Order: sequence, then structure tokens, then C-alpha cells
Amino acid sequence: MTASTQDHAHDGHGYGHDGHHDHKPSFFVRWLCSTNHKDIGTLYLIFAIMGGLTGGALSIMMRAELAHPGVQIFSSGQHWNAVITSHGLLMIFFSVMPALIGGFGNWFVPIMIGAPDMAFPRLNNISFWLLPPAYVLIILGQVTGDGAGPGWTLYPPLSNSTFQGGPAGDFVLFALHLAGISSLLGAINFITTIFNMRAPGMTLHRMPLFVWSILVTAFLLLLAVPVLAGAITMLITDRNFGTAFFEPAGGGDPVLFQHLFWFFGHPEVYIMILPGFGIVSHIISTFSRKPIFGYLGMAYAMVAIGVVGFVVWAHHMYISGMDVDTRAYFMAATMVIAVPTGIKIFSWIATMWGGSIELEVPMLWAIGFIFLFTVGGVTGVVLANAGIDQVLHNSYYVVAHFHYVLSLGAVFSMFAGFYYWIGKMSGHQYPQTLGKIHFWMTFVAVNITFFPQHFLGLAGMPRRYVDYPDAFAGWNLVSSYGAYLGGVSMVLFVVICFMTFASKQKLADNYWGEGATTLEWTLTSPPAFHTFEELPRLR
Amino acid sequence: MHVLRRLFATLMTLITGVSFAAPAMAQAPRNWQLGMQTAASPVAERIHSLHDLVMVIITVITLFVAGLLVYVVWRFNAVRNPVPSKLSHHTGLEIAWTVIPVLILVVIAIPSFRLVYYEDRTQNADMTVKVMAHQWYWEYTYPDSGGLNFRSDWVQDADLKPGQLRLLEVDNPLVVPVGKNIRILTNSADVIHSFYVPAVGVQRYAIPGRTIETWVRVDRPGTYYGECNQICGTNHTYMPIAITAVPAAEYQAWEKTAKAKFAEGLPIPAPAQTSTETIRLAQVQH
Ligand code: HEM
Ligand SMILES: [Cu+2]
Ligand SMILES: [Cu+2]
Repeated sequence: MTASTQDHAHDGHGYGHDGHHDHKPSFFVRWLCSTNHKDIGTLYLIFAIMGGLTGGALSIMMRAELAHPGVQIFSSGQHWNAVITSHGLLMIFFSVMPALIGGFGNWFVPIMIGAPDMAFPRLNNISFWLLPPAYVLIILGQVTGDGAGPGWTLYPPLSNSTFQGGPAGDFVLFALHLAGISSLLGAINFITTIFNMRAPGMTLHRMPLFVWSILVTAFLLLLAVPVLAGAITMLITDRNFGTAFFEPAGGGDPVLFQHLFWFFGHPEVYIMILPGFGIVSHIISTFSRKPIFGYLGMAYAMVAIGVVGFVVWAHHMYISGMDVDTRAYFMAATMVIAVPTGIKIFSWIATMWGGSIELEVPMLWAIGFIFLFTVGGVTGVVLANAGIDQVLHNSYYVVAHFHYVLSLGAVFSMFAGFYYWIGKMSGHQYPQTLGKIHFWMTFVAVNITFFPQHFLGLAGMPRRYVDYPDAFAGWNLVSSYGAYLGGVSMVLFVVICFMTFASKQKLADNYWGEGATTLEWTLTSPPAFHTFEELPRLR
Repeated sequence: MHVLRRLFATLMTLITGVSFAAPAMAQAPRNWQLGMQTAASPVAERIHSLHDLVMVIITVITLFVAGLLVYVVWRFNAVRNPVPSKLSHHTGLEIAWTVIPVLILVVIAIPSFRLVYYEDRTQNADMTVKVMAHQWYWEYTYPDSGGLNFRSDWVQDADLKPGQLRLLEVDNPLVVPVGKNIRILTNSADVIHSFYVPAVGVQRYAIPGRTIETWVRVDRPGTYYGECNQICGTNHTYMPIAITAVPAAEYQAWEKTAKAKFAEGLPIPAPAQTSTETIRLAQVQH
């Protein structure tokens, strides 16, 4: 994708140009009542880091518990269940989604399409400010009483009032409602912005892949989140108003909830990974100094993943007693997704092929992403086989699989994006060497943590266990050491953040050079408070 | 594929000095184990062989991608290749990496469909066992044995006898005859649990208000361990499963004592472990 501006967006409104009016409001108005897509993006990113650190701290606590057989740290199974629930929800809804969609999406979608801001700036503000209360509710759900511990999948009857009594469960459900509304409003905003606010010449087929990825993600959110909202509303009324949607004694059906949940839940996993695909495409192209290989194939592979992602949900329910023909269908449909995914992997490699590759820190993360996502992807193909899943479902093999695609895939794309754009966003560059150390340390740590979990799962260790038979001790200890190293690299990341903001180095507009071709690289680093007061025109 | 697995096991033994080769009668998971527990039922065997096939394919794919990544980073490094090409389309390549994965998936899908249909229902069931899940124990009913019914609790750490496996041992295992097709019907009295015994390739949720069928035929006598595998509340970790498979004659003897003990409300003793000799005899009798 080559998108260059004719009349440069170098406006006179940069932070350095004091003579002009940049309309920068006071602190309170600027950050709490913000309607500026860049400021809201920044808020989202800070929020995502907080969410990730909280969820990460819980994961270290969990791995510390699992390091040795026996129960050492947790006070009860319920306490454990509450912690895995919070960890899962925090990582998904309060770290990955806010970072990739709210953070990078808000920052760069308008800029990349040459729009001055999002279509609905105030809606954008609401989208963000629904999240902090949702976060507080998740934490309340964790600390009230014994905590709510139905797992992030919230299956009734375990999540109903008989088995998860008290307000903790309702806190978690309301938190999801708020986070859901936030995502939904964000999705509406992105779709409207992308369809209506593209600069002249920015046709859909010239749109940068990151914008494509956010467009597809927004559609997935739009169609999936309302189904989750319906399901948890029914759960709330089951819990509090005596309905029996999911209560067999009252004619309801617990399996119905599973269908509704996964109709949301499966697209949700693509919601988490698609923006990462977009980011990685930009980075691979930038540091290979080549345009992305097979641009149209890349864009439509994401569309295909989005569409097929809606018709595979019951591969999470192979052992829920579904009819065998239904299982066979979901198996076939699930495997189909491997095809567009393969197209993406190979197109990234083809982009690098013949390129002039510079192993800058963002590129390291992007290449790491490709490898780890491949590992997570192929174990997904194993699990897609309903016949094999019969002995792997809910085992640590699944934990390994989804951490390879999420904790390694999505998170690596978040770090890739961070290192790629932090200079653009803040005007400060990260420390090079520490960035590389951060990458290698994290890469080693996550592999030590999660690779042995494949072995545990194959041997039959169930997930969501606070303690395990002694035969699983060996690999669990290895896994925990990996997690401790991961904890150290998390601390290193915080250090890098501080050092970045302390750096005095001046950054050029396009500090990555000719490989970086999207519109954000035509702006100052950081961009002016208001960008594109004059619309850029694409040749 | 079995050759491959054996090769791999030998290799790992050499590398780590730990034996991965499965001893003939191993039923419980072992420390540092890399693969699945030894298969003890036709379903588990077929799961293993499909898994072996898929495993080879995904290993090759992963190594291929990793190799390509390493190669491009080395060969097309800015130092070695200062002027990038502008190539950004190649229809032939794009068709290839769409069609080849489709073919690979077809290769996986054919045996996979066969397996999922094979796993589905009990063909010619010899007997039925009803599995009722509770927070936090299992209850087994034998409708063909006059409704013989008992509960199976985990053995707490303090009560473990030497040699018993922590978090796997139960007081009353599910006893079944070797070589018989057994229909398993799962159900739950409270929340969702999962009846999971990997060595015999069995797993089904136990869902309140719904009866789910699966089946098993245990080929070798012995005790096979499993666990509840769906989060079910505070003691989810503490409701293991043990299936003890015994030759038909022994099974009948057990059935009789179990009925008597059950009627008296006493715990039912598990039959003693069968020696390999009796197993052979039992198989001849079939
Ligand atoms: C620091 C790295 C991480 C470590 C060490 C870690 C560790 C764990 C552990 C030990 C569990 C519990 C497994 C179980 O008992 O079933 C778990 C569950 C989970 N993790 Fe992570 N995790 C990490 C990062 C992430 C990230 C980044 C994500 C998502 C983007 C994530 C998503 C989940 C989810 C969805 C669950 C399932 C929760 C549930 O069972 O309800 N984790 N993780
Ligand atoms: Cu899924
Ligand atoms: Cu359970």
C-alpha cells in the first residue's frame, strides 16, 4: 500500500509551534472530557497497560500456586476459581481489546484514512469511560465474599444464584455489560468513520491493512456482542428475578447458554487477533522496505476469517452432547479457517522475501508473532478434530493453545505496535537495547511457560485446577519458572516505558524511513492536537 | 506412526536420561510424560493414531514456517540485500498456498470424520452404566445389575495408602468387565461436570436435565484414572475418577459382593488387581 499525501499534512499546529492556536484544553477537560481520538487512544493504552499488569500479576500468583503439588497460596478452590475468572476477563476485555482496538485503533484509524477525527467524538469518550467502572466491577467481583468463580465462560448452572450466590457474580455480569456497551459503541464509531470519512482517493481497496483489520473487527463486535449481552441479561434475570432460561428445573437449558456464549466467544477470539494481523502487516512491510505481498488477498483473508468465524462456535462444545452430524459440520467449518490464516502467514513471509530486512525492535516482535501464532494455529487444527478433542477438551493442551494465540500472538502484536508507534504517539523513542532484551526475554519466557503445557494436556491434566496429581509436577514447575521470567520482563517493560518518556531524543516525522508509507508518517512526531485540518489527497 | 513414536521416545530417553517408553501396564500419567497416556480402548487407540498423523503434519508445517522465517531474515537482511525487490504479487504462489493447505486439511478430515462417527454411539451395547455427577463426587448406577448404585469419593491425602496416587485415587472405582461394549450415560444433579478418562478415550459433560451418551470398551484389565474436567465449584480439583476393568468372571464376583455390600450400606471393596496371566486367560475365554 502506498498512500502518500499531496499537500502535506505538516500543519503549523505542532506542539512546538507556539504562535498558532492549537486549542489545547485544560488538563481536566482534555483528559476527562476528551473528544480527541488521539487522547482517547492514549487513555485506552494506559488503561490496557493497567489491565494487563493486574491480570498479569494474577497469572504469576496462579503459576506460583501451580509450581508445586499441594495448595500453598490460595485459601480455597473457590478463591482459585475467582482468580482464574478475573485473570481471563481482565486479559481479554481490559487489556487486549482496549490496547488493540481502543488504543491503536483510535490513534491510527482516523490518521491512516486521512480523517480529522472519529465520526462521533463524544461517543468515543463514552466508549472509553465505560471501561474504568467495568474494571472496578470485575475487581469487586473478585474481592466480594469468596469471589465469583464460574470461569470466564460463565456457564450456568455454576454461574447462577444457587451456586454463585451473593453480589460478586452480578458484579462480573454488569462489568461485562458495561464493557460490551463500550465495545459496541466503539464498533459503531469505527464503522461509520471508515465508511464515511476517508480522504479523497482513499478507496476501500487502497486502505491500509490495519484499517481493514479494525473494520472487520468492528463488524464482528457489532454482530457478536449483542448476543453476549442477551445471554448475560438472561443470566442476570435467572439469578435475580426467578426466570429459568438456563435452569432445567424450570424448562430452561444450560446448553443454550453455551451456544449463545460461543456465538459471541468464537468471533471474540478473532476480535482479539485481527487488529494484531493489521499491525504486523504494517511492520513487516516497513522493515522489509517492501509493499505488503498480496494486499487484496490479505484484506479479504481477514474478511473471510471474520465471516467463517461466525459459523464455527460449537467447536467449543464437542462434548456437550451435540448430535454427531452437527459435530462433523463444526469440525469441517473450523478447519476451513486454517486456509485464510495460512494465506496470511505465507503472505507475510513473501513480503519479507526479497526485502531489505532491518531487525528493529518492532520487527522482532512481528516475526515472533508470526512464529508463535503459527504454533498456536496448528494446535488449533488438532483441537478442531472433534475426535481428538474428546480427550483434549478442557485440558492444559487447550490452555497452551489459547495462550499461544492470545498471550503470545495478540500480546506480541501489542508490543510490536507499541514499539512501532510509541515514537509517533509520544515524540519519544524507546531505548533500543532494552527493547531487544525485552523481546528476547519475553519470547523465551512465554515458550518456557506455555510449551510444556502441551505435554501436560496430552497426559490428561485438566484446566482450572488449583492442585494436580503428582505426576504433573515436573512440567508444571518448568512452566512456573517461565512465568516468573515473564514477570521480570513485565517489570522491564514498565522500566522501558519510563525511560521512553524520559528520553530527549528528537524524532523525525518518518523515523523508520522509506519503508513506512502510511499517512501517520507524514505527520510530526507527535502529531498536532488536531490533524488534517486540510484533507490530504491521495494520488 | 507407532515406529515414529517409539523412535521419539528412545530419543527423549537418550537426551534426558528419563524413560519415556511406556511400561506394559502403565495406566496413570507419569512425571515428565510428553504424550498421551497409553491407549486402553479401541477409541483411544484410534484417537492416538489420528493424533500421530496430525502431529506429524503440524510439526512439518511449523518447522517449515520457522525455517522460512530464519532463512528470509538471514538471506534478505539489509546488509546482505540492500536493495529490496518490489515484488508484491505472484498469482501462482497465492494459488499454491491456498490449494495445498486445503489438500492437507482433506487428508486430516477423512480419518477425522471416521473417528468422530466411531466415537459417537454404542454399537451392540453389552451393558449400561449411568454416571451421575454431584458437587463433588461421582455416583454410578448399573441398571443391568438390578440398579446397583454407589458413590465414588476421592481419597483424601491423609487417607492415602502407600502407592496410592494423590488426587487420582477414589474409594469405589467404577468397575467394568474387560472387552465389553459399555454404554455410558452421563447426567448431573447440580452443575456441569465432565466425565473425563483420557486413557480410555472417554469424555462427556455431565449436564443437569440432559442425558448424554458415549461408550467405552476397555481392552486391558487395570485401573484407569481420570478427573472431573469442567469447572464445577470450589472442589472441582477433588473429584477424580477411577475405572477398574476386570475379566468377566471377576466382574460377576464383584457384582455379587457389591450388591450385598450396597444393600448393607457398606463401602464396596475394589477387586484386587489382576495379574497378567489371568488377563490372558480371560481373553482366551472370549
Ligand atoms: C503472563 C502470561 C500469562 C500467564 C503466566 C498465564 C497463566 C494462566 C493460567 C495459569 C491460567 C489458568 C489455567 C487454568 O487453570 O485453567 C490462565 C487462564 C487463562 N488465561 Fe492466562 N496467562 C497469561 C497471559 C494471558 C493473556 C495475555 C491472556 C489473554 C489475552 C490470557 C487469557 C487467559 C484466559 C482466557 C484464561 C482462561 C480463564 C478461564 O479458565 O476462565 N492469559 N492463564
Ligand atoms: Cu473458538
Ligand atoms: Cu469439576
